[in-house]
Amino acid sequence: MDTNSTNQEWDLEIKPHDTVFNLHLKDVWNYRDLLWLLVRRDFVSFYKQTILGPLWFFIQPIFTTIVFTFVFGKLANIQTGSAPQPLFYMAGTIAWNYFADCLNKTSTVFRDNAGIFGKVYFPRLIMPLSIVVSNLVKFGVQFLLFFILFGYYLIRYHFFGAKEPVIPNWYILLFPVIMLAMAWLGLGIGLIITALTTKYRDLAFVVTFGMQLFMYATPVIYPLSSVLNKYHGIIAYNPMSGLIETFRYAFTGSGTFFAGPFLYSLAASILFFLVGLVVFNRVEKNFVDTI
Amino acid sequence: MSDIAIKAENLSKAYQLGDFGTGTLSNDINRWWSLVRGKEDPFLKIGEANDRAIKGTTDVVWSLKDLNFEIKQGDAVGIIGRNGAGKSTLLKLLSRVTAPTTGMIKAKGRIASLLEVGTGFHPDLTGRENIFLNGAILGMRKYEIARKFDEIVDFSGVERYIDTPVKRYSSGMYVRLAFAIAAYLESEILIVDEVLAVGDAEFQRKCLGKMSEVSKGEGRTVLFVSHNLNSVLTLCAKGIYLKNGALELSANIDEVVRAYAKERDTEYSRDVKIISEGKQAWLSNFKITDHAGSEHLEMESPVLIEVEVESTAQFDNIQIGIGINDYNEVRLLTLFSKFYNKAFTLHQGSNKLSCKMDRLNLKPGLYKVEIFIGSDHLNLDYYSSGLQFEIFPSLNTNHLLPDSSQGSMFVNQNWF
Repeated sequence: MDTNSTNQEWDLEIKPHDTVFNLHLKDVWNYRDLLWLLVRRDFVSFYKQTILGPLWFFIQPIFTTIVFTFVFGKLANIQTGSAPQPLFYMAGTIAWNYFADCLNKTSTVFRDNAGIFGKVYFPRLIMPLSIVVSNLVKFGVQFLLFFILFGYYLIRYHFFGAKEPVIPNWYILLFPVIMLAMAWLGLGIGLIITALTTKYRDLAFVVTFGMQLFMYATPVIYPLSSVLNKYHGIIAYNPMSGLIETFRYAFTGSGTFFAGPFLYSLAASILFFLVGLVVFNRVEKNFVDTI
Repeated sequence: MSDIAIKAENLSKAYQLGDFGTGTLSNDINRWWSLVRGKEDPFLKIGEANDRAIKGTTDVVWSLKDLNFEIKQGDAVGIIGRNGAGKSTLLKLLSRVTAPTTGMIKAKGRIASLLEVGTGFHPDLTGRENIFLNGAILGMRKYEIARKFDEIVDFSGVERYIDTPVKRYSSGMYVRLAFAIAAYLESEILIVDEVLAVGDAEFQRKCLGKMSEVSKGEGRTVLFVSHNLNSVLTLCAKGIYLKNGALELSANIDEVVRAYAKERDTEYSRDVKIISEGKQAWLSNFKITDHAGSEHLEMESPVLIEVEVESTAQFDNIQIGIGINDYNEVRLLTLFSKFYNKAFTLHQGSNKLSCKMDRLNLKPGLYKVEIFIGSDHLNLDYYSSGLQFEIFPSLNTNHLLPDSSQGSMFVNQNWF
């Protein structure tokens, strides 16, 4: 029997520690169906027992845009560059919300799913990934809204001679990269936070209000160009700055493309993502004991 | 087949006791610092067996300690042990919910674990949607679930409600659906915790039937944890007996159950905690054995109960009452000398009073005892401080046993 068992091939080895970079990606791939089912669950359960159903996805960005346009645009009179204000704010809002939702939801993934994680094994990474995909789909829906608004202003400018220019440019090709980078960044930071809060929850309290403050340190309601000289430090080291600014510039042509901040953002996103993966992977094996 | 499906090597798991908060941060820093210097974790050095009854000196406890065992492919293995013996920890390790502190488990084939039924059910989703979601959580691919969908619905018996959100289900239906999904998992190794304690009797039987079909019919490896020795005996061929986080015995199920029963026997050794304060007479000993004096009572055993009473004076016309309750404190049986117009005289000192019965007709299980000593007008002692005894299943019976919904009694029946 001994020789038998020593020669045997094992499909699975459960060990105290793995190497840091063994991310079980093959496992994740095997569970890809679960990812889609979780995304589906998020959507179906979102509008179950509502009258307006999926329309709720539109309502939030519409009202945020209206309020922002009124408060920041009209009352505070913040310079938004050449683009029409609603378009400017909506671009910032949906992109920021996408990032913020990714981060917020993944930063509590261990706590929210402690019940499931404590009872059954599946690659833990599936959960945060499903959150990101859910948010991506939600963003897609909201982007549709943005696209309609974008089309409206585009036609108005080109055919009806409206004053506010909407000039999309080739940087639009960077759009998928921007989406990916924001996902990496949100996911990465979220994973780090959720890993750090399994034992000490202090950081979780910071996240909720921290994200609100973080928005003001990101060119969501103002263009990057307006602050780059004055508050260079805070804004430029914020990896979200380059992403949001490029996204808005690509569609509206308002502002300029800042290659430096954009590349910096991209690099930071990848770095955060990788660090997040490694940290998450390290914590996932034992977090059930401490959460 | 002599292939090993699961092999555990020096498997250990340590847990930190107490609250996290003050103290743990400094411990964590300390721990991290020793890791950085390449030293051993200072808080894990002192190994303590996990005996919850004994107050330890550290707040780290070994829930499992140096477990070594092998499970062959196709075996149905019952894991038994007291509460806190490490059964659930072992299941958690096997199902990869948490990682071992040291040691390793090697497994061949997919492991599916059922530590709970209906994990991940979303109340707003319909039965149909939840079947797919839950199946995927348990590790099935979508096409596998689709292929088995009809069978699952059929097994659960909730077809009419399949497109209704599960929050509208009765708890029974919920559990039926959840178990049905798990029952159709395609994995080489199935790990089941005591989930069968739910659902009605018919469904429980169905589950047990399905599980034995899985292990015997399909040749899959099944690990089964239960406090119910009956279902362990019916379902499993092999057994693992855990005690205080260590492996006590790994052998055939009969042997393991017997060893466990013997251990439980000494644990519930009918020890009377003598409470004499303010009493003129009190219970000093209680013994329940078969007629040959063995403390291992099986279902069909004849029973002898001996009660010892310590008295400070002489009392005449004393009755003895012995109440036998089930674990929910429901009175099942009262033995009372008054029923037979038998009165005892207590002398100063120790008195022994006995009662002999052909059998108790109780099905296997744990029972609690209350004892009354006195007369119509005099209450000398009423002892209800948790005396217990256990009836074990006979290993060589040719009949099935009633389940929890079919009452606590069993009499021999002659059907013709």
